Amino acid sequence: MRAAMRQLLHDLLRSLLGSARDLAPIVLVVGFFQIAVVRAPLPDLGGILAGAVLVLVGLTLFVRGLEMGLFPIGEAMAYGFAKKGSVAWLLLFSFALGFGTTIAEPALTAIADEAAKVAAQDGAIVASDAARASYAYGLRLTVALSVGAAVVIGVVRILKGWPIHWFIMTGYLLVVIMTTLAPVEIIGIAYDSGGVTTSTVTVPLVTALGVGLAQSIRGRNPLLDGFGLIAFASLTPIVFVLGYGMVLG
Amino acid sequence: MSALEQLARAVVDTLFDVVPIVAILFVFQLFVLRRPLPHLKRTLLGVGYVVVGLMLFLGGLERALFPLGRQMAKALTDPAFVGAAAGWRDYAWVYAFAAAIGFATTVAEPALIAVSIKASEVSGGTITVRGLRSAVAIGVALGIALGTFRIVSGTPLHWYIIAGYVVVVVQTFFAPRTIVPLAYDSGGVTTSTVTVPLVAALGLGLASTVPGRSPLLDGFGLIAFASLFPIMSVMGYAQLGEWRARRAARLRQARALQDQPF
Repeated sequence: MRAAMRQLLHDLLRSLLGSARDLAPIVLVVGFFQIAVVRAPLPDLGGILAGAVLVLVGLTLFVRGLEMGLFPIGEAMAYGFAKKGSVAWLLLFSFALGFGTTIAEPALTAIADEAAKVAAQDGAIVASDAARASYAYGLRLTVALSVGAAVVIGVVRILKGWPIHWFIMTGYLLVVIMTTLAPVEIIGIAYDSGGVTTSTVTVPLVTALGVGLAQSIRGRNPLLDGFGLIAFASLTPIVFVLGYGMVLG
Repeated sequence: MSALEQLARAVVDTLFDVVPIVAILFVFQLFVLRRPLPHLKRTLLGVGYVVVGLMLFLGGLERALFPLGRQMAKALTDPAFVGAAAGWRDYAWVYAFAAAIGFATTVAEPALIAVSIKASEVSGGTITVRGLRSAVAIGVALGIALGTFRIVSGTPLHWYIIAGYVVVVVQTFFAPRTIVPLAYDSGGVTTSTVTVPLVAALGLGLASTVPGRSPLLDGFGLIAFASLFPIMSVMGYAQLGEWRARRAARLRQARALQDQPF
């Protein structure tokens, strides 16, 4: 019993240390710039320290929970679907996962509101609250649809074992062509929307799903076929948002 | 904002993130797969850890680092600091800060930790957690530094992105095959909870203080840089590893030849 307790304490201390090492660079960078470059004292040192402790404990818990919870769920679902053998259900699940996790994403909501402001200022839409809200909502819906489509395409690719780079290059080509056609003010937002869609909870789940699928299908290599879902989910929003801008512009 | 309000915000944000996911998983597990999850208790506890961990993490960042980081981004881009009528060379500290903060926030990005753990597990240790994360962080650092230069110089975003695409496509044909999907993925995972708020603040700060830039038009785009450059750096990391292994093999061979008696 005491040995088990000691082991637990040891593990906890080790993972706390690991998190501390992960966070050290931020503290160093912010500290250095504050003191040496901006040359201002650190405001509210107590608050910062308290926050740092929260961050440390939070990161430690998160990493622990990944291995205990999120990874096993993703894998179990992948095996479950592989065993059930129904491609239709798997694809429906993939779409729901992509769409459902994106539509409520706070970072996306923030960027969509920003984008509506740009559009109103530029005269692409009427400068009223209602028009802005509907533009922002349309944008969010577009991005969520695109991520749903991305996970579906990505899962089909894993099932078929097609090489990923042809998809990505086709996507790049589409982005380049559409960039020349889309209204200028949508371009920055479109490019950024690819980065904000994949949240911290979605990424481990989707990764575990992809790798789990690749592992449970004979002849698939988890490294070669299992990864790539996130890549699709960050490329399709660019294409879809450029398209959204073209349709509305 | 009071500490309590900040915590409440972190709780709400995390719940928004998690509730739809849990609902979808639940529905499919219960009605479609109809199979109990193995180790249900342990798994649920793990999910609880993830949710509580993220809340504390975000709440803590909001309390400790984000205000300071935003303030710093503002201070560094302030004309009073840079000097009035400055050229692009006068923003050296901004580029340095961009690179440093890009690197540091990426190393702490929980989503990247997750992908790295998985990649190291699947590759049997050939890809190390630390190596992958460093490669991605270097990519983000370069990307954001270049992105701030773009805002300062006012050059069009799409030329940078298209040039980046060309590099990625060329690299794809030369990089070891197994790294390619992972490299593409790493572009998407770099930009979430830690990086986006700080980087967005930097972009908007720059675009609103550099003369002739509009925050609404030029403030966007930094995240795009942060998601494109890691693709290159991760493939580069694998190429470097392969090149070094090949050189070591060649050296060994040469030495073996030398050691042979005539």
